[in-house]
Amino acid sequence: MIHAYKLNGYNIIVDVFSGSVHSVDELAYDIITLYENTPKQQILDQMLKKYKDDKTVNTQEILDVFSDIEELKKNKQLFTEDTFGGKAFDFKNRNTVIKALCLHVAHTCNLNCEYCFASQGKYHGERALMTYEVGKRAIDFLIENSGTRHNLEVDFFGGEPLMNFEVVKQIVAYARSIEKKYNKNFRFTLTTNGMNLNDEVTEFCNKEMDNVVLSLDGRKEIHDLTRKTIGGVGSYDIIVPKFQAFVKKRGNKSYYMRGTFTHNNTDFTNDIFHMADLGFKELSMEPVVCKPTEPYALTEQDLPILFEQYEILAKEMLKREKEGNPITFYHYMLDLKNGPCIYKRISGCGSGTEYMAVTPWGELFPCHQFVGKPEYSLGNIFDGVTNKEVVNKFKNCNAYARKDCTTCWAKLYCSGGCAANAYNATGDITGVYEYGCKLFKKRIECAIMMQVAKNQNK
Amino acid sequence: KRINTLATRILVQT
Repeated sequence: MIHAYKLNGYNIIVDVFSGSVHSVDELAYDIITLYENTPKQQILDQMLKKYKDDKTVNTQEILDVFSDIEELKKNKQLFTEDTFGGKAFDFKNRNTVIKALCLHVAHTCNLNCEYCFASQGKYHGERALMTYEVGKRAIDFLIENSGTRHNLEVDFFGGEPLMNFEVVKQIVAYARSIEKKYNKNFRFTLTTNGMNLNDEVTEFCNKEMDNVVLSLDGRKEIHDLTRKTIGGVGSYDIIVPKFQAFVKKRGNKSYYMRGTFTHNNTDFTNDIFHMADLGFKELSMEPVVCKPTEPYALTEQDLPILFEQYEILAKEMLKREKEGNPITFYHYMLDLKNGPCIYKRISGCGSGTEYMAVTPWGELFPCHQFVGKPEYSLGNIFDGVTNKEVVNKFKNCNAYARKDCTTCWAKLYCSGGCAANAYNATGDITGVYEYGCKLFKKRIECAIMMQVAKNQNK
Repeated sequence: KRINTLATRILVQT
Protein backbone atom coordinates (compact mmCIF):
# COMPACT_ATOMS: atom_id res chain seq x y z
CA MET A 1 0.00 0.00 0.00
CA ILE A 2 1.21 3.49 -0.79
CA HIS A 3 0.00 6.97 0.10
CA ALA A 4 0.63 9.65 -2.52
CA TYR A 5 0.08 13.34 -1.81
CA LYS A 6 1.28 16.79 -2.82
CA LEU A 7 2.13 19.44 -0.27
CA ASN A 8 4.15 22.66 -0.28
CA GLY A 9 5.45 21.97 -3.80
CA TYR A 10 6.61 18.43 -3.01
CA ASN A 11 5.26 15.19 -4.51
CA ILE A 12 5.48 12.56 -1.81
CA ILE A 13 5.03 8.80 -1.87
CA VAL A 14 4.82 6.95 1.46
CA ASP A 15 5.32 3.19 1.28
CA VAL A 16 3.16 2.09 4.20
CA PHE A 17 4.59 -1.28 5.20
CA SER A 18 8.28 -0.57 4.70
CA GLY A 19 8.20 2.96 6.12
CA SER A 20 10.00 4.27 3.03
CA VAL A 21 9.42 7.83 1.87
CA HIS A 22 10.06 8.97 -1.70
CA SER A 23 10.13 12.50 -3.03
CA VAL A 24 9.39 12.35 -6.76
CA ASP A 25 8.85 14.62 -9.75
CA GLU A 26 5.52 15.04 -11.57
CA LEU A 27 6.13 12.26 -14.09
CA ALA A 28 7.20 9.70 -11.49
CA TYR A 29 4.27 10.73 -9.27
CA ASP A 30 1.78 10.10 -12.06
CA ILE A 31 3.36 6.78 -13.00
CA ILE A 32 3.60 5.47 -9.42
CA THR A 33 -0.04 6.32 -8.68
CA LEU A 34 -1.11 4.33 -11.77
CA TYR A 35 1.49 1.57 -11.59
CA GLU A 36 -0.24 -1.23 -9.71
CA ASN A 37 -3.62 -1.02 -11.43
CA THR A 38 -2.91 0.03 -15.01
CA PRO A 39 -1.25 -1.87 -17.88
CA LYS A 40 2.25 -0.54 -18.62
CA GLN A 41 1.45 0.27 -22.25
CA GLN A 42 -1.54 2.32 -21.14
CA ILE A 43 0.62 4.26 -18.65
CA LEU A 44 3.20 4.88 -21.39
CA ASP A 45 0.56 6.20 -23.79
CA GLN A 46 -1.06 8.37 -21.12
CA MET A 47 2.25 9.90 -20.05
CA LEU A 48 3.42 10.65 -23.61
CA LYS A 49 0.10 12.38 -24.22
CA LYS A 50 0.08 14.31 -20.93
CA TYR A 51 3.71 15.46 -21.18
CA LYS A 52 3.82 16.04 -24.96
CA ASP A 53 5.09 19.60 -24.41
CA ASP A 54 7.80 18.53 -21.94
CA LYS A 55 11.06 17.91 -23.79
CA THR A 56 12.51 15.88 -20.91
CA VAL A 57 9.79 13.23 -21.20
CA ASN A 58 10.11 10.54 -23.85
CA THR A 59 9.57 6.79 -24.09
CA GLN A 60 13.00 5.97 -22.68
CA GLU A 61 12.50 8.30 -19.68
CA ILE A 62 9.20 6.62 -18.88
CA LEU A 63 10.75 3.16 -19.20
CA ASP A 64 13.53 4.33 -16.87
CA VAL A 65 10.92 5.24 -14.25
CA PHE A 66 9.36 1.78 -14.67
CA SER A 67 12.80 0.31 -14.09
CA ASP A 68 13.40 2.46 -10.98
CA ILE A 69 10.04 1.36 -9.57
CA GLU A 70 10.88 -2.31 -10.11
CA GLU A 71 14.23 -1.81 -8.40
CA LEU A 72 12.51 -0.20 -5.39
CA LYS A 73 9.98 -3.04 -5.29
CA LYS A 74 12.80 -5.58 -5.31
CA ASN A 75 14.44 -3.72 -2.40
CA LYS A 76 11.12 -3.76 -0.48
CA GLN A 77 10.84 0.02 -0.54
CA LEU A 78 7.77 0.44 -2.74
CA PHE A 79 4.44 -1.41 -2.94
CA THR A 80 5.72 -3.53 -0.07
CA GLU A 81 3.42 -6.32 1.08
CA ASP A 82 2.02 -6.29 4.61
CA THR A 83 4.01 -8.93 6.46
CA PHE A 84 2.65 -8.02 9.89
CA GLY A 85 -1.13 -8.29 9.56
CA GLY A 86 -1.10 -12.08 9.43
CA LYS A 87 0.85 -12.21 12.67
CA ALA A 88 -1.66 -10.13 14.61
CA PHE A 89 -2.80 -13.22 16.52
CA ASP A 90 0.73 -13.83 17.82
CA PHE A 91 0.80 -10.22 18.86
CA LYS A 92 -2.25 -10.68 21.08
CA ASN A 93 -0.52 -13.49 22.97
CA ARG A 94 2.64 -11.56 23.71
CA ASN A 95 4.00 -11.28 27.22
CA THR A 96 4.23 -7.73 28.44
CA VAL A 97 5.88 -6.07 31.41
CA ILE A 98 4.84 -2.80 33.00
CA LYS A 99 7.33 -0.09 32.15
CA ALA A 100 5.50 3.11 33.07
CA LEU A 101 3.07 4.40 35.68
CA CYS A 102 1.07 7.60 35.77
CA LEU A 103 0.79 8.51 39.46
CA HIS A 104 -2.28 10.57 40.27
CA VAL A 105 -0.76 12.24 43.29
CA ALA A 106 -3.55 14.82 43.49
CA HIS A 107 -7.20 14.46 42.61
CA THR A 108 -7.70 18.14 43.17
CA CYS A 109 -6.73 21.29 41.32
CA ASN A 110 -6.20 25.00 41.87
CA LEU A 111 -7.63 25.83 38.45
CA ASN A 112 -11.11 25.28 37.07
CA CYS A 113 -10.53 24.73 33.34
CA GLU A 114 -13.74 24.50 31.36
CA TYR A 115 -12.65 21.65 29.06
CA CYS A 116 -10.88 19.50 31.69
CA PHE A 117 -11.49 15.78 31.00
CA ALA A 118 -10.75 15.11 34.68
CA SER A 119 -13.62 17.29 35.89
CA GLN A 120 -11.48 19.87 37.68
CA GLY A 121 -9.04 17.19 38.75
CA LYS A 122 -11.50 15.08 40.73
CA TYR A 123 -12.21 12.52 38.00
CA HIS A 124 -15.90 12.60 38.89
CA GLY A 125 -15.06 11.42 42.41
CA GLU A 126 -13.85 12.77 45.74
CA ARG A 127 -10.97 15.19 46.20
CA ALA A 128 -7.91 13.28 47.37
CA LEU A 129 -4.14 13.42 47.75
CA MET A 130 -1.95 10.33 47.40
CA THR A 131 -0.11 9.41 50.60
CA TYR A 132 3.59 8.58 50.64
CA GLU A 133 2.72 4.98 51.60
CA VAL A 134 0.63 4.53 48.43
CA GLY A 135 3.31 6.19 46.28
CA LYS A 136 6.04 4.01 47.79
CA ARG A 137 4.00 0.87 47.13
CA ALA A 138 3.41 2.03 43.54
CA ILE A 139 7.18 2.23 42.99
CA ASP A 140 7.60 -1.28 44.45
CA PHE A 141 4.74 -2.54 42.25
CA LEU A 142 6.43 -1.10 39.15
CA ILE A 143 9.76 -2.73 40.00
CA GLU A 144 8.08 -6.08 40.72
CA ASN A 145 6.19 -6.05 37.41
CA SER A 146 8.85 -4.66 35.08
CA GLY A 147 10.81 -7.85 34.45
CA THR A 148 14.31 -7.13 33.17
CA ARG A 149 13.34 -3.73 31.80
CA HIS A 150 15.96 -1.22 32.97
CA ASN A 151 14.42 2.16 32.12
CA LEU A 152 11.17 2.81 33.98
CA GLU A 153 8.96 5.88 33.66
CA VAL A 154 6.87 7.56 36.34
CA ASP A 155 4.70 10.54 35.49
CA PHE A 156 3.39 12.75 38.28
CA PHE A 157 -0.08 13.78 37.26
CA GLY A 158 -3.35 15.08 38.61
CA GLY A 159 -5.34 17.22 39.04
CA GLU A 160 -2.41 19.42 39.89
CA PRO A 161 0.51 17.33 41.19
CA LEU A 162 2.25 20.30 42.80
CA MET A 163 -0.62 20.47 45.30
CA ASN A 164 1.05 17.37 46.78
CA PHE A 165 4.68 18.39 46.25
CA GLU A 166 6.02 17.00 49.55
CA VAL A 167 4.81 13.50 48.61
CA VAL A 168 6.24 13.87 45.08
CA LYS A 169 9.65 14.58 46.63
CA GLN A 170 9.35 11.62 49.01
CA ILE A 171 8.37 9.21 46.22
CA VAL A 172 11.29 10.33 44.05
CA ALA A 173 13.72 9.99 46.96
CA TYR A 174 12.46 6.47 47.68
CA ALA A 175 12.77 5.41 44.02
CA ARG A 176 16.29 6.83 43.81
CA SER A 177 17.27 4.98 47.00
CA ILE A 178 16.44 1.56 45.55
CA GLU A 179 16.96 1.87 41.79
CA LYS A 180 20.58 0.67 41.79
CA LYS A 181 19.75 -2.32 43.99
CA TYR A 182 17.21 -3.52 41.40
CA ASN A 183 19.21 -2.40 38.34
CA LYS A 184 16.57 0.14 37.33
CA ASN A 185 16.75 3.69 36.04
CA PHE A 186 13.74 5.87 36.85
CA ARG A 187 12.75 8.63 34.47
CA PHE A 188 10.37 11.06 36.11
CA THR A 189 8.08 13.51 34.40
CA LEU A 190 5.62 16.03 35.79
CA THR A 191 2.66 17.86 34.28
CA THR A 192 1.72 21.18 35.88
CA ASN A 193 -0.55 24.17 35.38
CA GLY A 194 2.22 26.34 36.84
CA MET A 195 0.25 27.94 39.68
CA ASN A 196 2.55 26.50 42.37
CA LEU A 197 5.85 26.83 40.52
CA ASN A 198 8.53 28.45 42.68
CA ASP A 199 12.31 28.33 43.12
CA GLU A 200 12.21 25.17 45.23
CA VAL A 201 10.02 23.31 42.72
CA THR A 202 12.20 24.52 39.84
CA GLU A 203 15.40 23.34 41.51
CA PHE A 204 13.83 19.96 42.30
CA CYS A 205 12.50 19.51 38.75
CA ASN A 206 15.83 20.43 37.20
CA LYS A 207 17.53 17.82 39.36
CA GLU A 208 15.01 14.99 39.11
CA MET A 209 12.57 15.44 36.23
CA ASP A 210 13.48 14.14 32.77
CA ASN A 211 10.66 16.14 31.30
CA VAL A 212 8.19 18.73 32.55
CA VAL A 213 4.95 19.51 30.75
CA LEU A 214 3.70 23.08 31.25
CA SER A 215 0.06 23.81 30.42
CA LEU A 216 -0.46 27.04 28.46
CA ASP A 217 -3.03 27.65 25.73
CA GLY A 218 -1.26 30.51 23.97
CA ARG A 219 -2.58 34.06 23.69
CA LYS A 220 -3.83 35.63 26.92
CA GLU A 221 -7.41 36.09 25.69
CA ILE A 222 -7.54 32.45 24.54
CA HIS A 223 -5.87 30.99 27.63
CA ASP A 224 -8.01 33.00 30.04
CA LEU A 225 -11.21 32.00 28.27
CA THR A 226 -11.05 28.46 29.66
CA ARG A 227 -8.18 28.21 32.16
CA LYS A 228 -9.47 30.09 35.18
CA THR A 229 -8.78 30.07 38.89
CA ILE A 230 -11.40 28.74 41.29
CA GLY A 231 -12.43 32.39 41.71
CA GLY A 232 -13.11 32.65 37.98
CA VAL A 233 -10.10 34.79 37.04
CA GLY A 234 -7.88 33.96 34.05
CA SER A 235 -4.55 32.40 35.04
CA TYR A 236 -2.33 33.71 32.19
CA ASP A 237 -0.79 36.63 34.10
CA ILE A 238 -0.01 34.39 37.08
CA ILE A 239 1.63 31.50 35.26
CA VAL A 240 3.45 32.98 32.25
CA PRO A 241 6.16 34.74 34.31
CA LYS A 242 6.58 31.54 36.34
CA PHE A 243 6.92 29.43 33.18
CA GLN A 244 9.43 31.88 31.70
CA ALA A 245 11.55 31.77 34.85
CA PHE A 246 11.29 27.98 34.94
CA VAL A 247 12.35 27.50 31.31
CA LYS A 248 15.22 29.95 31.73
CA LYS A 249 16.67 27.76 34.48
CA ARG A 250 15.86 24.51 32.69
CA GLY A 251 19.08 24.55 30.64
CA ASN A 252 19.23 21.71 28.14
CA LYS A 253 16.75 19.49 29.98
CA SER A 254 13.47 18.63 28.29
CA TYR A 255 10.25 20.50 28.80
CA TYR A 256 7.36 21.31 26.59
CA MET A 257 4.50 23.73 26.56
CA ARG A 258 1.24 21.91 26.07
CA GLY A 259 -1.82 23.80 24.92
CA THR A 260 -5.33 22.79 23.99
CA PHE A 261 -7.15 24.41 21.10
CA THR A 262 -10.91 24.51 20.77
CA HIS A 263 -13.60 25.91 18.48
CA ASN A 264 -12.72 29.28 20.05
CA ASN A 265 -9.24 29.34 18.47
CA THR A 266 -9.20 27.39 15.24
CA ASP A 267 -6.40 29.81 14.26
CA PHE A 268 -4.25 27.99 16.82
CA THR A 269 -0.96 28.60 15.03
CA ASN A 270 -1.21 32.15 16.37
CA ASP A 271 -1.14 30.65 19.86
CA ILE A 272 1.89 28.53 19.00
CA PHE A 273 3.73 31.54 17.57
CA HIS A 274 2.71 33.58 20.62
CA MET A 275 4.32 30.97 22.87
CA ALA A 276 7.44 31.12 20.70
CA ASP A 277 7.45 34.92 21.11
CA LEU A 278 7.35 34.41 24.88
CA GLY A 279 10.62 32.47 24.59
CA PHE A 280 9.26 28.91 24.63
CA LYS A 281 10.70 26.61 21.95
CA GLU A 282 9.32 23.14 22.74
CA LEU A 283 5.64 23.35 21.85
CA SER A 284 2.52 21.26 21.52
CA MET A 285 -1.10 22.10 20.85
CA GLU A 286 -3.75 19.40 21.11
CA PRO A 287 -7.28 19.49 19.70
CA VAL A 288 -9.88 19.45 22.46
CA VAL A 289 -11.70 16.12 22.86
CA CYS A 290 -15.14 16.56 24.36
CA LYS A 291 -18.84 15.98 23.81
CA PRO A 292 -19.94 17.50 20.49
CA THR A 293 -22.63 19.44 22.36
CA GLU A 294 -20.08 21.57 24.23
CA PRO A 295 -19.92 25.16 22.92
CA TYR A 296 -16.13 24.90 22.50
CA ALA A 297 -16.24 21.53 20.64
CA LEU A 298 -14.50 21.38 17.27
CA THR A 299 -16.89 20.95 14.34
CA GLU A 300 -16.78 19.43 10.85
CA GLN A 301 -16.80 22.99 9.48
CA ASP A 302 -13.59 23.66 11.41
CA LEU A 303 -11.65 20.89 9.64
CA PRO A 304 -10.53 22.78 6.49
CA ILE A 305 -9.38 25.65 8.70
CA LEU A 306 -7.43 23.28 10.96
CA PHE A 307 -5.83 21.52 7.97
CA GLU A 308 -4.66 24.89 6.66
CA GLN A 309 -3.33 25.79 10.10
CA TYR A 310 -1.21 22.64 10.24
CA GLU A 311 0.25 23.52 6.83
CA ILE A 312 0.96 27.11 7.91
CA LEU A 313 2.74 25.76 10.99
CA ALA A 314 4.90 23.33 8.99
CA LYS A 315 5.97 26.00 6.50
CA GLU A 316 6.70 28.53 9.25
CA MET A 317 8.77 25.97 11.17
CA LEU A 318 10.86 25.25 8.06
CA LYS A 319 11.36 28.99 7.60
CA ARG A 320 12.39 29.53 11.22
CA GLU A 321 14.81 26.62 11.07
CA LYS A 322 16.44 28.10 7.96
CA GLU A 323 16.76 31.41 9.80
CA GLY A 324 18.49 29.66 12.71
CA ASN A 325 15.62 30.20 15.13
CA PRO A 326 13.86 26.83 15.22
CA ILE A 327 10.88 25.72 17.29
CA THR A 328 9.72 22.15 17.79
CA PHE A 329 6.15 20.93 17.60
CA TYR A 330 5.43 17.61 19.30
CA HIS A 331 3.38 16.19 16.45
CA TYR A 332 6.00 17.02 13.85
CA MET A 333 8.77 15.16 15.67
CA LEU A 334 9.27 12.28 13.30
CA ASP A 335 12.48 10.28 13.24
CA LEU A 336 12.32 8.47 9.91
CA LYS A 337 15.83 7.09 10.06
CA ASN A 338 16.11 6.01 13.69
CA GLY A 339 12.45 5.77 14.62
CA PRO A 340 10.75 3.11 16.68
CA CYS A 341 10.71 -0.60 15.90
CA ILE A 342 7.67 -2.23 14.33
CA TYR A 343 6.53 -3.60 17.71
CA LYS A 344 6.19 -0.06 19.05
CA ARG A 345 4.53 1.15 15.87
CA ILE A 346 1.89 -1.56 16.08
CA SER A 347 1.32 -1.48 19.84
CA GLY A 348 1.32 2.29 20.41
CA CYS A 349 1.47 3.87 23.85
CA GLY A 350 1.00 0.58 25.72
CA SER A 351 -1.96 1.74 27.80
CA GLY A 352 -3.50 -1.06 29.87
CA THR A 353 -0.57 -3.39 29.27
CA GLU A 354 2.78 -1.63 29.64
CA TYR A 355 1.47 1.64 31.04
CA MET A 356 -1.09 2.15 33.81
CA ALA A 357 -2.49 4.94 35.94
CA VAL A 358 -2.59 4.77 39.74
CA THR A 359 -5.26 6.67 41.68
CA PRO A 360 -4.56 8.33 45.06
CA TRP A 361 -5.95 5.15 46.64
CA GLY A 362 -3.74 2.78 44.63
CA GLU A 363 -6.38 1.57 42.18
CA LEU A 364 -5.06 0.75 38.69
CA PHE A 365 -6.57 1.93 35.40
CA PRO A 366 -5.39 1.51 31.78
CA CYS A 367 -4.37 5.17 31.58
CA HIS A 368 -5.20 8.55 33.09
CA GLN A 369 -8.17 9.00 30.76
CA PHE A 370 -9.92 5.88 32.11
CA VAL A 371 -9.60 6.80 35.77
CA GLY A 372 -13.06 7.09 37.34
CA LYS A 373 -14.63 4.56 34.94
CA PRO A 374 -15.26 1.57 37.28
CA GLU A 375 -15.64 -0.95 34.43
CA TYR A 376 -12.01 -0.25 33.49
CA SER A 377 -10.53 -0.83 36.95
CA LEU A 378 -7.63 -3.29 36.51
CA GLY A 379 -7.00 -4.06 40.18
CA ASN A 380 -4.72 -2.26 42.61
CA ILE A 381 -1.05 -1.91 43.52
CA PHE A 382 -1.49 -4.06 46.66
CA ASP A 383 -3.15 -7.13 45.08
CA GLY A 384 -1.85 -6.61 41.54
CA VAL A 385 -3.65 -6.71 38.20
CA THR A 386 -6.74 -8.85 38.74
CA ASN A 387 -8.95 -7.81 35.83
CA LYS A 388 -7.16 -9.78 33.11
CA GLU A 389 -10.15 -9.47 30.80
CA VAL A 390 -9.64 -5.72 30.40
CA VAL A 391 -5.86 -6.15 30.04
CA ASN A 392 -6.46 -8.63 27.21
CA LYS A 393 -8.82 -6.15 25.56
CA PHE A 394 -6.02 -3.59 25.59
CA LYS A 395 -3.50 -6.14 24.30
CA ASN A 396 -5.75 -6.54 21.29
CA CYS A 397 -6.03 -2.79 20.89
CA ASN A 398 -3.40 -2.10 18.24
CA ALA A 399 -2.91 -1.00 14.65
CA TYR A 400 -4.51 -4.18 13.33
CA ALA A 401 -7.48 -4.29 15.71
CA ARG A 402 -9.89 -2.13 13.74
CA LYS A 403 -11.57 -3.07 10.47
CA ASP A 404 -11.83 0.61 9.56
CA CYS A 405 -8.02 0.85 9.64
CA THR A 406 -7.46 -1.99 7.15
CA THR A 407 -7.04 0.36 4.21
CA CYS A 408 -5.57 3.29 6.15
CA TRP A 409 -2.06 4.39 5.17
CA ALA A 410 -1.35 6.00 8.55
CA LYS A 411 -1.93 3.06 10.88
CA LEU A 412 1.75 2.39 11.51
CA TYR A 413 2.13 6.01 12.59
CA CYS A 414 -0.88 6.18 14.93
CA SER A 415 -0.87 2.49 15.98
CA GLY A 416 -4.64 2.46 15.68
CA GLY A 417 -5.13 5.67 17.62
CA CYS A 418 -5.87 6.54 21.22
CA ALA A 419 -8.03 3.96 23.04
CA ALA A 420 -9.54 6.63 25.29
CA ASN A 421 -10.54 8.85 22.39
CA ALA A 422 -12.08 5.82 20.65
CA TYR A 423 -13.98 4.92 23.81
CA ASN A 424 -15.25 8.46 24.33
CA ALA A 425 -16.34 8.77 20.69
CA THR A 426 -17.81 5.31 20.10
CA GLY A 427 -18.14 3.56 23.47
CA ASP A 428 -15.59 0.95 22.37
CA ILE A 429 -11.81 1.09 22.81
CA THR A 430 -11.39 -0.57 19.42
CA GLY A 431 -13.72 1.95 17.78
CA VAL A 432 -12.47 4.74 15.57
CA TYR A 433 -12.53 8.42 16.53
CA GLU A 434 -12.83 9.64 12.95
CA TYR A 435 -12.37 13.34 13.65
CA GLY A 436 -9.09 12.60 15.42
CA CYS A 437 -8.01 10.38 12.50
CA LYS A 438 -8.48 13.21 10.02
CA LEU A 439 -6.37 15.59 12.09
CA PHE A 440 -3.73 12.93 12.74
CA LYS A 441 -3.32 12.11 9.05
CA LYS A 442 -2.94 15.78 8.21
CA ARG A 443 -0.27 16.19 10.88
CA ILE A 444 1.69 13.18 9.63
CA GLU A 445 1.50 14.44 6.04
CA CYS A 446 2.95 17.76 7.24
CA ALA A 447 5.62 16.07 9.36
CA ILE A 448 6.79 13.88 6.46
CA MET A 449 6.75 16.88 4.11
CA MET A 450 9.08 18.68 6.53
CA GLN A 451 11.48 15.74 6.43
CA VAL A 452 11.41 15.78 2.63
CA ALA A 453 12.04 19.54 2.58
CA LYS A 454 14.99 19.23 4.97
CA ASN A 455 16.38 16.34 2.94
CA GLN A 456 16.32 18.42 -0.25
CA ASN A 457 17.92 21.41 1.45
CA LYS A 458 20.97 19.43 2.55
CA LYS B 1 16.76 11.20 -11.46
CA ARG B 2 13.04 11.43 -10.84
CA ILE B 3 12.74 9.48 -7.58
CA ASN B 4 14.61 10.56 -4.46
CA THR B 5 14.34 8.03 -1.64
CA LEU B 6 14.88 9.32 1.88
CA ALA B 7 16.91 7.31 4.35
CA THR B 8 14.38 5.57 6.57
CA ARG B 9 14.40 2.70 9.02
CA ILE B 10 13.03 -0.18 6.97
CA LEU B 11 10.30 -2.03 8.83
CA VAL B 12 10.10 -5.20 6.77
CA GLN B 13 11.79 -6.91 11.68
CA THR B 14 10.32 -9.40 14.11
